[in-house]
Amino acid sequence: MNHRHLFGGAALLLAAAAAQAQVIAITGGRVETAAAAGSIPEATVLIRDGRIVAVGATVAIPADAQRVDARGKVVTPGLFDPHSSIGLAEVSLEPDSVDTTVDNDRFSAALDAADAFNPRSVLVPVNRVEGITRAVVFPARVSGSVISGRAAAVNLGDASQPVDRRHVAVYALFGEAGASQAGGARTAALAQLREALDEARDYGRNKAAWERAGRRDYRLNHYDLEALQPVLRGEAPLAVLAHQASDIAALLDLAAAYEVRLVIVGGAEAWLVADRLAAAGVPVVLDPLANLPDRFEMRGARIDNAVQLAAAGVEIAFASLSGESHNARNLSQAAGVAVAHGLPWPAGLAALTAAPARIFGLEGVGQLQPGFEADVVIWDGDPLDVTSYPDAVFIKGRAIPMESRQSLLRDRYLEFHGLQQVD
Amino acid sequence: MSPPSPRQPRRAAAVVLAATTLAACASQAPRDEPPAAAPAAPFASAYVPSPAAPFVLEGATVLTGDGGRLENASVYVADGVVQAVGADFEVPAGVQRIDARGRWITPGIIDVHSHLGNYPVPSAKAHQDGNEMTSPNTAGVWAEHSVWPQDPGFNTARAAGVTSLQVLPGSANLFGGRTVTLKNVPARTVQEMKFPGAPHGLKMACGENPKRVYGERQATPMTRMGNVAGYRTAWIEAREYLEQQEQAAAGEGEPPTRDLALETLAGVLKGEILIHNHCYRADEMALMIDLGREFGYHPGTFHHATEAYKIADLLKESGSCAAMWADWWGFKLEAWDAIRENIAIVDAVGACAIVHSDSEVEIQRLNQEAAKVMAAARRAGMEISPEHAIRWLTLNAAHSLGIADQAGTLAPGKMADLVVWNDNPFSVYARAERVYVDGALVHEHGNPAFPSQSDFELGMIETGAGQ
Repeated sequence: MNHRHLFGGAALLLAAAAAQAQVIAITGGRVETAAAAGSIPEATVLIRDGRIVAVGATVAIPADAQRVDARGKVVTPGLFDPHSSIGLAEVSLEPDSVDTTVDNDRFSAALDAADAFNPRSVLVPVNRVEGITRAVVFPARVSGSVISGRAAAVNLGDASQPVDRRHVAVYALFGEAGASQAGGARTAALAQLREALDEARDYGRNKAAWERAGRRDYRLNHYDLEALQPVLRGEAPLAVLAHQASDIAALLDLAAAYEVRLVIVGGAEAWLVADRLAAAGVPVVLDPLANLPDRFEMRGARIDNAVQLAAAGVEIAFASLSGESHNARNLSQAAGVAVAHGLPWPAGLAALTAAPARIFGLEGVGQLQPGFEADVVIWDGDPLDVTSYPDAVFIKGRAIPMESRQSLLRDRYLEFHGLQQVD
Repeated sequence: MSPPSPRQPRRAAAVVLAATTLAACASQAPRDEPPAAAPAAPFASAYVPSPAAPFVLEGATVLTGDGGRLENASVYVADGVVQAVGADFEVPAGVQRIDARGRWITPGIIDVHSHLGNYPVPSAKAHQDGNEMTSPNTAGVWAEHSVWPQDPGFNTARAAGVTSLQVLPGSANLFGGRTVTLKNVPARTVQEMKFPGAPHGLKMACGENPKRVYGERQATPMTRMGNVAGYRTAWIEAREYLEQQEQAAAGEGEPPTRDLALETLAGVLKGEILIHNHCYRADEMALMIDLGREFGYHPGTFHHATEAYKIADLLKESGSCAAMWADWWGFKLEAWDAIRENIAIVDAVGACAIVHSDSEVEIQRLNQEAAKVMAAARRAGMEISPEHAIRWLTLNAAHSLGIADQAGTLAPGKMADLVVWNDNPFSVYARAERVYVDGALVHEHGNPAFPSQSDFELGMIETGAGQ
């Protein structure tokens, strides 16, 4: 039994090594690196062992390389959904298939999105065939708590090792959502957040005493207090949903007081405090389509929010804030809309690739440059235009099958109606 | 078909108003007089096109809305009406000539599924006016009585080229109530927005929503079979109501007591009110088509219709339109099988395909939604030209709403509702440069007068402290 098990494991490892040893040269495409190199016409991206080893117009291609002709195509890093429920929520209105919301407050910060992530979610292929290769998945809400839990970075290509990193952020709600969680007012939401950070700091500094039961009782349990330690140590950001400019300003003050890294999620009115955000180095994860006052806290929503933030030097990443990620694939359209309203094209691409990776501290992801993980998309046109689709998608150097449940349904009914079938 | 002149709606409104007054008098008349079944058109349209000087847009690529594509073409507008489209016509001296070289001109976009005004932003509690969730049959309510003309969403939709839209009651009920078709112009009252001559619609809903809303209250319908029994019970009653009305009109017996819900259903049976049916699944749409056959009405347009591609042949046979999203899916189980090629397959099989929004966000880029479908279709081996795809958001939508004689194409005699795009509209980068409603400029990119601000938007941010 043990022998068989070991043997099977070794065989799997060998198979994995063989797949990764594959050398792939994507040649001739317009390579949009989302890195300092910018755009390189007719360039090669060379991949070995799941990583990019060279990018440029004069890359020597090894004889054993598998060549992928990308002439006339656009080559970009894989796209990154930085505020996702892919793998956590299958059918939004079927609670049994949704792992983002919790209806009791036994735990808050301790809840770990990685524990629930299902790499075989139907949403995974639907989105990755359209270029989404990575995501940060978030727990959405714990009733009664402004803190929702911990986010995890995942890849959409490797079902055996889908979680790239746990605990990349602790997620909290402020503004109308936070107020509602805390009992109805922003005052209660911010008090709850301060109490959690104060208790976590005290716990962190006096853990030995706590273990001897010599410390005072905390309102938070020790799982939650532990979960907040990386935030207090500056290892993971506190990502907070907030739209109203005054709410963002309050969070900037709080982050400065506790010396924690802050990420603003939502930020419909962030343009009003763009200079403060830039000065504090606080990034904003936003929906560039949010131009209407959906809520009272979004009265200042405007279509060029992303443009103004980028111009002020604020790092931005694009996300859908609907709470659903079935159409994370449409983030490229959202970026295109931002570009159509004045955002420089390279900034639009970066907001889908390099920026979210940086914001959540994922080194070696989101750019086409040597040493980075080989998430590469070959597009049949401008990746930010709605007229384009990927021809091929690589995640960690492996080509993913360009098939989803939706493409299978499509092919079944094209055949049924006698319409032209895709080959 | 005679083209409407800009003045006609005002006259029509006056005539209708007189008729309403007469009917009101009649209702107080002795019972032995044959009474009118219902007052003609209460809450009549008070829409009056803005006065506008004639103009000609020259040198553009024109997508006519009915499949035509004209290069280096001109569109001549006077009296709020399209006078001529093409290259071979004379324009009277003094008409303003507008250089539209490099631009694309399309009919104004028509959204057949909107909740602007009845689910306005902000989505405050006080604004939840779309769903009368008190009974599975609320056919007697009218969406227009919930429309708040100050919804900022009208303005952003207009800036995106949407010149007409249908506002529907929500989908909680089997019969949600009457829909209303609006011209997308700034207005104080809903009457000032009502599309002159547009028929009412009746919102129906299949599937999960009605059975969830009432099932959770331990009331009927709790199941899909309960839904269908609910429709059939109502249509039986409506048929009896109509027969009693007709007999009374023929001098036999008393007319029925007025009933708002039955008036609406009877209007459908008489062919005066068009069905707009929220329905996702293929099997349920097929049942709804049969339901129409059983009670003698047309099943109308299926909205959302995420599985329309499975039964496109049945839709074609019944002459039903399907109004669809490009790619929404998975938010509920009945939307689980949606695919990006849905609209393209419905269209390719020969049924009437429409791209709709059901969203204050999507309504701002229906052209992009269509473009996504075109690109997906291309990958599946179906080439769809811009001049063809534009039908999904113009002529087919107008047909669904019963306004195709007035709108939906750029043809002489039609209302001059049109959009001048800076480029091929089927791109994320395309921008509506100018939008006209009945020949009046209602949006111009870069013109500080636009987009219009509703009363609600005034002073919200600009006058706040510390700007």
